[in-house]
Amino acid sequence: MAIDSAVLVIGGGLAGLTSALAAARAGGDVRLVSAKQSTLRNASGLVDVLGYAPDGTGPLIDPFEAITSLPEGHPYRTVGVDAVREALALFDEVTDYCGGHTDRNALVPTHGGTVKPTARYPRGVAAGLASDDRDALLVGFESLLDFDAPLAADPLRAAGVPFGVRGVTVGFPGDLRADAKVTRYAKLLDVNDEVGANGRSRAARAALAAAVEPHLDGEPRVGFPAVLGDDRPGEVRRTLGEMLGVDVFEVPTGPPSLPGLRLEDALFAALDAAGASIETGNPVVDFEGEGRVEAVYVEKNGARIPYTADQYVLATGGLVGKGVESDREGVSEPVFDCHVPHPADRYDWFDEDAFGDHAFAGFGLRTDAQLRPLTAEGTVEFDNLRAAGAVLGGYDFPAEKSGSGVSLATGYAAGWAATQEAR
Amino acid sequence: MGSSPHIVVVGGGSTGTGITRDLAMRGFDVTLVEQGNLTHGTTGRMHGLLHSGGRYAVSDRASARECIAENRVLREIAAHCVEMTGGLFVKRPEDGEAYFEGKLDGCRACDIPASVISGEEARAMEPHLARDVEKAITVPDGAVDPFRLVVANAADARDRGARIETHSTVTDLLVEAGEVVGVEVEHEAGPGERVHGVEGGREEIRADHVVNATGAWAGRIGAMAGVDIEVRPSKGVMTVMNVRQVDTVLNRCRPKGDADVIVPHETTVILGTTDEEVDDPEDYPEEQWEVDAVIDTLASLVPMLRDARTIRSFWGVRPLYEPPDVGSDAPTDITRDFFLLDHAERDGLPGLTSIVGGKFTTYRLMAERVADHVCGRFGVDADCRTADVPLPGSEDFSVLRDYMDEFGLRSPVGRRSVERLGSRADDVLDVDGPNPTVCECEAVTRAEIRDAIEGSGSDLNAVRIRTRASMGNCQGGFCCHRMASELHGTYDEPVVREAWDELLAERWKGQRHALWGRQLSQAMLNYALHATTQNRDRDPADAGPVDYAAFDDGPTRAGGPAGADVAADGGQNGN
Repeated sequence: MAIDSAVLVIGGGLAGLTSALAAARAGGDVRLVSAKQSTLRNASGLVDVLGYAPDGTGPLIDPFEAITSLPEGHPYRTVGVDAVREALALFDEVTDYCGGHTDRNALVPTHGGTVKPTARYPRGVAAGLASDDRDALLVGFESLLDFDAPLAADPLRAAGVPFGVRGVTVGFPGDLRADAKVTRYAKLLDVNDEVGANGRSRAARAALAAAVEPHLDGEPRVGFPAVLGDDRPGEVRRTLGEMLGVDVFEVPTGPPSLPGLRLEDALFAALDAAGASIETGNPVVDFEGEGRVEAVYVEKNGARIPYTADQYVLATGGLVGKGVESDREGVSEPVFDCHVPHPADRYDWFDEDAFGDHAFAGFGLRTDAQLRPLTAEGTVEFDNLRAAGAVLGGYDFPAEKSGSGVSLATGYAAGWAATQEAR
Repeated sequence: MGSSPHIVVVGGGSTGTGITRDLAMRGFDVTLVEQGNLTHGTTGRMHGLLHSGGRYAVSDRASARECIAENRVLREIAAHCVEMTGGLFVKRPEDGEAYFEGKLDGCRACDIPASVISGEEARAMEPHLARDVEKAITVPDGAVDPFRLVVANAADARDRGARIETHSTVTDLLVEAGEVVGVEVEHEAGPGERVHGVEGGREEIRADHVVNATGAWAGRIGAMAGVDIEVRPSKGVMTVMNVRQVDTVLNRCRPKGDADVIVPHETTVILGTTDEEVDDPEDYPEEQWEVDAVIDTLASLVPMLRDARTIRSFWGVRPLYEPPDVGSDAPTDITRDFFLLDHAERDGLPGLTSIVGGKFTTYRLMAERVADHVCGRFGVDADCRTADVPLPGSEDFSVLRDYMDEFGLRSPVGRRSVERLGSRADDVLDVDGPNPTVCECEAVTRAEIRDAIEGSGSDLNAVRIRTRASMGNCQGGFCCHRMASELHGTYDEPVVREAWDELLAERWKGQRHALWGRQLSQAMLNYALHATTQNRDRDPADAGPVDYAAFDDGPTRAGGPAGADVAADGGQNGN
């Protein structure tokens, strides 16, 4: 007998988790199946809603206002601005993120020394915002290549930020290997083990504060690469701040991105608390049904196990998450073989410039107003299948800075609607 | 000697750097000028095959003999640039038996060690070889890193007093009283190593003799002094796979044609190639059919290639030349032999010599012939020593030492670093301070990047060709910004940013021909990392001023939505 639920969500990224969470909180009997690590480990952990209009206008101050003038076919137009707000309200409730106090975007310093507009940011990023006019010291570590603090400080000044900013590089206390992963730094600070520094042994956080302290020149805030703890980031940040007498913030770095991994943990915990069933590590490889999905097959240890549900949500990701695949001949959606519009000639899939107007960035499913994928002819593929997140097409999330927002809003809308419609 | 003749060599490929080294070793005062990076032209755009000569053993035995002789020389003098993979000429059922026998006879006649193995034996060596391959001939083909080899030639020439000017375009030949007396060059960024943002300038370099070693560009240089050099540039595509599906060079055993060679190269294999005559060595179409043709054709030798991941494709232009009276129709029929053109004798224009045609494997021999010729012209009595004196990196070198422990590197990183650096490993890797891995795909550490920067200024593409950083699976997605960071400290941020943008653009160029399947996924991830996480596509420093006060300044600050107050509150409420 098949494993059954009212709503089955396929995919464990931001869209899938939000979808399952929305469905569960609406009282649905929900199961989430996810094949592998989500792409959140590659993401900055910032939750962008809309930073730039499709024509490049921006950075946008108010993303919600701008949503209404997006072109037809953009996922935000499909779900509407109210769904975006409801999704963010749910997100704010289950995470320790900031930004909900205003409709305005925040400008967050990036590890490359630019600023980027975002709608929600982890609490640990809050003291680093570029609209905050307090001077800032950026601190990088000798062996941590993704954040060169002196190099990041220069262009921030060039971009005219309203505060003084300097960068320094210090050795991270202890004897981490030169190519240690960011999680090793984070664990050391979480556990606060004794480390050797300057010939004596002291707790890791105190040793780090001592390494930074001589470089402080009255700056009231200090930014680090995002390695300040995995399980206890708030505590690490607070201790460092107290020792240095400053506000401490993180500059998102990665991959692997600790802010992304922390967000993934928070959402899985919220989903668990909401009573959903969660299964990770096994892919959905096939389905059964015509016009309506009757069952999907999950591959476990070489066996194909049927899973049934009344309503299905497809949130398998885009080209990065492999929810959209391609070969030399064309582009496809691998689970249900839903139609993915794309130019016939693969040399029309990209632009000549690295940051040009790439067709591939918009590859994904087109849907009706209910987020149900459409065939090439414009009819609904399956009555009980909705799609959410990066598997959707019609938007260029890197250019717009809209990836997380679209995943939240469409995930929320799909999960909520699936529960309403389930028997 | 206070008055050594001054020779200007035009062209920083294998031939030009080889000539520069040879002349410098023979006591000449040499200046090399190159319009781009070293290897910018054809040398940097080849498949990396160190010919055994087997390829030419049927049609062109003179070339075949030169190849095997130079193959043996390069294994000695450039050990750290060469990987002796061995090679196979593989016969499929539809390939002619007579040609196979002819190949074997030709190899033997040219002193190329060759023996026949069965299909089963060939598959035991290369398990992914097609089931229906009948038999093969083994030959001593190898793989060579053209970048490393050229940089080593240039570095050695510089150590011997030569001046090396990259990013310096020859804009004219100076001709006085019917004789070439120098060149006029336009430096992109001042003389010396290239630094972004440094004002360029024009320079007249006087010379006692000018050597035109510009390959496919030779006609352009000749035209500056009114001489005709009939180069017939021919383009070929090379497609880079993400892993080594094979560890041996595989040649199709049939008359020369398109898509008949697979060369293992570092972490990749390179599929080649096509042969199409073009009008302009810098401007020709790079076409989808060429990529598809090499993949589909070579899949008949190694079937898994059909659906394997490719990481980029690039095109190179052969500097083919044939004397005006031959008149071959197809580029495949044009000889791969080289020609030394003495313009004094040929055109009545003393002071200029051109070297055209030829191939990478015989670059040293070509250089020797040119240097002999120049020696003759000036009555210098000095023997060529380039066949005996190892290049820097290949002297007294043993990979058996435990470099991993010595330099604190994880084993695959240490092994690969030392393979690239050869006998220079001590100098480069023995650094103070941590030495993290900058490029994980190719295992390139900070020390190696900084060593390359010392040799090449702020040009990250020059750093790339010296180290292989950003040339692996992710095509720079994870390491371009790290490489740029290593410039900082020596160079200011605007220089770093320009170098970084240039590297991103160069990396994108070749990937465009590999955008399907997993490499399209990779491209989307790279785009997301660079545009979403780093916001490099809309850097406010490049755009107009930003009204910072209009944006959110944090949840705990009191200013609220009234923009003007936010900027003026002095940050008092920040805690």
